[in-house]
Amino acid sequence: MYEAIAFYLLAAVVAGSAFGCVIATNIVRMALCLLGTLGGVALLYFLMAANFLGVVQLIVYAGGTLIVIVFGVMLTSRAAGVRLRPKRSEALAGTLICIGLLAGLVTLLVRTAWPAAQSEAQAYDVAWLGNELLSTYLVPFEMVSVLLLAVMIGAAFLAQPSGKDKEPEER
Amino acid sequence: MAEFTTEDALRSRWSAAARPRAVRWFSGLGVVFVLGAAALGLLATRLTGMSYAVALAVAVVLLLTGGSCLGAAVVVQYPRAVGRLLQRLGLPLFLLAVAAIIVVAWAPVLLWPDKPLIVRDVLAVVGAVGFVSLFASFAIWWERKVAGRIQSRLGPMRVGGWHGWAQSIADGLKLFQKEDILPGGGDAVLFRMAAYVTFVPALSLFIALPFSAAWVGRDLDVGLLLIVALFGLGVIGVLLGGWASNNKWSMYGAMREACQVISYEIPLGFSLLIPIMVAGTLRLTTIGELQAGGFWTWLAFRNPFTLIAALTFLIATLASCKRAPFDLPEAESELVAGYMTEYSGFRWALFMFAEYAEMFAAGALTAILFFGAWHSPLPAAWGAAWATGPLWQQALHGVVFSGPLWLIFKGIFFVYVQIWLRWTLPRIRLDQVMHACVQFMLPVTMVVLLAQTFWQLLVPAGSVLAVALNLACTVLGALVALGIASIAVYGLRYRRRLVGTLVVDHLPGS
Amino acid sequence: MLAIGLTHYLVLAAFLFCCGLYVMATKRNAVGILIGAELVLNAAGINLVAFSRYETGLADGQIAALFIIVLAAAEAAIAIAIFVNYYRLLGTIDPDAGDRLRG
Repeated sequence: MYEAIAFYLLAAVVAGSAFGCVIATNIVRMALCLLGTLGGVALLYFLMAANFLGVVQLIVYAGGTLIVIVFGVMLTSRAAGVRLRPKRSEALAGTLICIGLLAGLVTLLVRTAWPAAQSEAQAYDVAWLGNELLSTYLVPFEMVSVLLLAVMIGAAFLAQPSGKDKEPEER
Repeated sequence: MAEFTTEDALRSRWSAAARPRAVRWFSGLGVVFVLGAAALGLLATRLTGMSYAVALAVAVVLLLTGGSCLGAAVVVQYPRAVGRLLQRLGLPLFLLAVAAIIVVAWAPVLLWPDKPLIVRDVLAVVGAVGFVSLFASFAIWWERKVAGRIQSRLGPMRVGGWHGWAQSIADGLKLFQKEDILPGGGDAVLFRMAAYVTFVPALSLFIALPFSAAWVGRDLDVGLLLIVALFGLGVIGVLLGGWASNNKWSMYGAMREACQVISYEIPLGFSLLIPIMVAGTLRLTTIGELQAGGFWTWLAFRNPFTLIAALTFLIATLASCKRAPFDLPEAESELVAGYMTEYSGFRWALFMFAEYAEMFAAGALTAILFFGAWHSPLPAAWGAAWATGPLWQQALHGVVFSGPLWLIFKGIFFVYVQIWLRWTLPRIRLDQVMHACVQFMLPVTMVVLLAQTFWQLLVPAGSVLAVALNLACTVLGALVALGIASIAVYGLRYRRRLVGTLVVDHLPGS
Repeated sequence: MLAIGLTHYLVLAAFLFCCGLYVMATKRNAVGILIGAELVLNAAGINLVAFSRYETGLADGQIAALFIIVLAAAEAAIAIAIFVNYYRLLGTIDPDAGDRLRG
C-alpha cells in the first residue's frame, strides 16, 4: 500500500513537472520544472530498489547537467527576440501529434499482457552492480569512457574563442 | 546609549493593517492543525500496526506545526510580553527546547528500531529540523563571537545576559517578523521557490548522516553518495534565486556560484574516492566502524595519500559551503550579499539555515570519512565491557569511547575551523578559485588516487613500510593537534595582552 | 490499481516521453530543446529500470540507465558549448535562425 501511495505521489510530481516544462514560457522556469522531474525520477529509482542509480541521477543529472543547463541559460539570456511561445499552428500540430502518440502508447501498454514478474524485490546492492559493470558490461563501460574523453576534448575545443572575435587579453 | 535588549529586538515591525491579519491567519492555521492532530490521534487509537504508527507520526508533525503557528501568533500579537518572558526565562526555556528536540527526534529511532521506515524518516526529519535550528542559532552566535575575537572586538554582548548568548534567538524572532519583500521585475515564483530548493536538500541529507553506528535515520548502502548529491542540489536554489532577483549583484553571485561548483566538484569527488577505496563500501556506518581502533587507525593517518586526500576534501568542502576563501557567491564586500541581496526576513533565514546545516554536515562528513567518525582517540575495544553494561556504564562509554557526542564535537570543531579560516584568510578571485581547483587540486587528487590504488595493490596491511608511514602520519597529526591546542592555551592565558585595551574590562573573569 | 507493476511505470514514462517530444518540437530556444531531450532520456531510463526490476531481474536495465545518465551529461556539455558559440556568432538562440551554411 505504501508503495502505491509513494508511486502515485512521485508520479504526480514527475508528470506535473514535465507538464510544467511544456507550458512554461520562461526558460529558467523550465529548468526548475526539469529539476522537479529529475528529482522525482531519482526517487522513483529508489522506489524500484535501484538505490545507486537514484543517487547517480541526483549527482550527475540534478547536480551536474542541470547546473550546466542553467549556466547556459544565463550565458545566452540576453538574446534578442527569445520567443519561447510557439506559433499557434505549430503548437496545435505538436499537441495533436503528442496526444495521439500518448493515447496509442497507453492503449498498447495497458493491453499488453506482460509476463509475470520473475524476481520480486531483488536487492540490487552497489557491490553487485559494480561487479556486473566491470565484468559482464566491461566493453560498453570502456566505450563510454572513451566517448567521455572525446566529449571533454570536443567541449574544450568548442569553448575556446575563435580567431576572429578573440577578445584582447586583459592583464 | 541605552542598552539594546531582547525586547527591542522584538519590537513589532508589522504595519497596523498587516498585524491583525497575520495574527488571524497564524492562529486560524494553528487551531486547524491542532484540531487535525487531535482527530488523527483519536483515529490512531482505533488503528493497529503500520497505519497506527503512520497516523501517530503525522499527528505529531501536525501538532508541532500547529504549535509553531500558535506560537507565531502569540509572538506577533504580544511581542513585548514575549520579550520580557524570554529575558527572564530564556536560558531554562532554551535548554528545555534542546532536551525536547533530542527526545522527540532520536528516542523513537532508538527505542523502535524495527518500526516502519517511513515513521523513522519522518521523525529523523523532525529531528534534523530541530538539530539544524539549534545548531544554526548556536553557530551564528559563535561565528560572531569568534569573528569579534579575531578582530579584537567582543561580538554580541547584550541580549540575554551572559556574552549575548540569546542574540541568535532575538535575531530569529526579528527576521520572522520582517516583511517578505519581492523584488520588482523579478520572477516571483522562482524567487519564492529558490529558498526552499536550497533549504530542503540541506535538511534532508541529515536522514542519511549517521551520528553513530546506531543513531542514524537511514543506513543506506549509498549513504555517502546520497549526502554528496544533496550537497550539490542546494546550488540550484542559489542559481535560481540569483537569477530571479533581477539584480546584477544577485546575478553575479549566481554566476560565480555556477563557475565555482563546476570547479570544486571534481576534486571533491576524487578525494571522496580514497576512503571509499580503503573501506570498500559507500555505507557510512561501515566506514566509521573501520576507524574504531584508536586515532592511529583513523583514515587520514593511514598513509600519506589519505592524509593529502583529507586536506583536499577539507578545502573542497570549504568551497561547497561557500565559506571564505571561497565565499565569492556571497562576497559581502563586493556584491552586497551576492545571491541573497534581495532576500529578507524568513527566506533569508532559510538560506542562512541551509548554509549552517551544510557547514555542520560537511564537518561531520570530514570526521566520518577521515577523522575517526564517532570514536574518541582511544580504541573502542578498551571500553567494550562498558558498552553492554548497565545504563550508567553505557553512558560513560558514549562519552569516553564512542558515541554521537563525539561526532557532534568533531563536526563543531570543523565548523570552527571553517569560521576561523573565514575571518583569517582574504577572499580569492574567481579565476584563482578555478585555477586552484582545476589546475592544482584536480591533478593532486588524481595522483593521490593512483598512488592509493597502487598502495593497496602492492603494500600489504601489516608490512614494515605501511606501519612506519602510518606512524609518521599519526605523529604529524598529533603534532598539529598539539600545536593548535597549545596556541589555544596560550591565547587563553595571555588574553588580556592579546586583545585590544577597549575590551579588556568585558572579558570573563575581569 | 494498488499493486504497482510494470504498466504503471511504462505509462508514466510514455507521458514523460510525449512531454519531451512536444518540448523539443515547439520551443524556440535551443536550451529548451535540450531540456526536452533530457525529459525523453529520463523516460527511457524509467523504462529500462522498470523492465530490469519487474521482468529480467538482471543488471542490464540499470547499467543501460547508468549509461544514459552519463551520456546525457556529456550531451548537455557539448550542446551548451555549441549554443554558446551559436549565440556568439548569431546573437540569438533561436534554432530557426541558424539556416546559413557559411559562418
